Amino acid sequence: MKPLTFLGIESSCDDTAAAVVRSDGTIMASVVEGQTALHAAFGGVVPEIAARAHAERLDTCVEQALTQAGLALTDLDGIAVTAGPGLIGGVLSGVMLAKGLALATGLPMVGVNHLAGHALTPRLTDGLKFPYLMLLVSGGHCQFLRVDGVDRFTRLGGSIDDAPGEAFDKVAKILALPQPGGPSVQAEAALGDAKRFPLPRPLLDRPGCDMSFSGLKTAVLRLRDTCMTGLGGLRAQDRRDICAAFQGAVADVLTEKTRRALLTCPDATALAVAGGVAANVEIRARLTALCNELDLRFLAPPLALCTDNAAMIAWAGIERFQSGALDGMELVARPRWPLDQTAPALIGSGKKGAKA
Amino acid sequence: MDRSELCFDLVDAAATERLGSALADWLRIGDTLLLEGPIGAGKTHLARSLIQARLGRAEDVPSPTFTLVQTYEDERGDIWHADLYRLSQVDEVIELGLDAAFDRAICLVEWPDRLGDLAPDGAFQLTLSAKGDGRVARLSGPTARLKELGRVC
Repeated sequence: MKPLTFLGIESSCDDTAAAVVRSDGTIMASVVEGQTALHAAFGGVVPEIAARAHAERLDTCVEQALTQAGLALTDLDGIAVTAGPGLIGGVLSGVMLAKGLALATGLPMVGVNHLAGHALTPRLTDGLKFPYLMLLVSGGHCQFLRVDGVDRFTRLGGSIDDAPGEAFDKVAKILALPQPGGPSVQAEAALGDAKRFPLPRPLLDRPGCDMSFSGLKTAVLRLRDTCMTGLGGLRAQDRRDICAAFQGAVADVLTEKTRRALLTCPDATALAVAGGVAANVEIRARLTALCNELDLRFLAPPLALCTDNAAMIAWAGIERFQSGALDGMELVARPRWPLDQTAPALIGSGKKGAKA
Repeated sequence: MDRSELCFDLVDAAATERLGSALADWLRIGDTLLLEGPIGAGKTHLARSLIQARLGRAEDVPSPTFTLVQTYEDERGDIWHADLYRLSQVDEVIELGLDAAFDRAICLVEWPDRLGDLAPDGAFQLTLSAKGDGRVARLSGPTARLKELGRVC
């Protein structure tokens, strides 16, 4: 049987992306624009907010992807597009482009949840069988998903406040390290002593798979101020030791909560990770060790497919299409779209008040 | 407009949550609360407490740093939780639709210095700073409204 070829379109986050992927897992082209746009003043990636800018970039991304794949629109079997969650302007531009292309070509169109794109990536890269446990850990997301099928996700837990990527960025900012924070904190931590400063392990004392990273950021702030008392600055070794303590705390929490999540999925074929934070060497080493201990496969797709991209959207579109999904002109862009509609929301710790 | 200031001692996270609850009952549609203070001052924690109390239901309130804006639907009017930390130009506020939301929602805005002159005239300003192990919150805004809050806090 001839494999299906899908165009994928992604514009829900900071980047604009297009890709051409085949149902046999071949990525014929994957174009991502915008990741290098760093803004020195505030740190981190400058978000593209304007729908118009996304729309302009999308046209070129799609053209580039088709050129790289050596295909014309008429060679495609379908179009997949991120329909949420994300900034509405970006998502709308992508959905409108997909609708225009679908109308003009008569190709089928499938809307994809951005998070489903991440969650199904291990099937694109390694043909992983259901069910498996997915740890999605990035700048904006942190959750455990049990993946049972193309449209069957169960959220087992997640961060009740900041995502770890955000915590790394903000700790870097607090310690006057360059952005993005992940690589710079990791480089400092490699030269530090993780045992010198004790930092809390938030929510480890509570059952379940929920996590919290906001308090860790505040603890780092206090530690910095204590180290600086009477000095007028932060000693280089103090900074390295703080970074090591912080990274160790994040790794501890992620590893222990992953262990608990895996306990609820004895039938899982693997632990798969996605998101930029999965590139952190210590976190990856700890999760690998955990899987070795549990005699379970550990799977981390290449970084380019772990961070935001359109290949995962094309792939999720193919999988959804093969399972019978098809969207029409009524497809809407959704700023909020939880993957697991049945899971209770995560509530902040110790909520008190008249209406609690 | 006559403005004044209220000061709250927040000894711990629970005190911040109680203030969030009180503000949730007191804020009205069309109110904007500008949340000031450095990283780690507790802006998002206060906003989260306020939103969860106002909605009166279990609801995720993730940090809006990466998404820029999180909106929450409520029968009494929507709540917008924005974090402008990553914005670089004032006109991006308009792209986000925040200027329009000021009139028809309750807007909680972190890093409001990025608003430039787009901040509404009657906006309340809540500044958080560290004090020992806790925080201090200073709330300034139109005097008449602050008196209402003073009666319930």
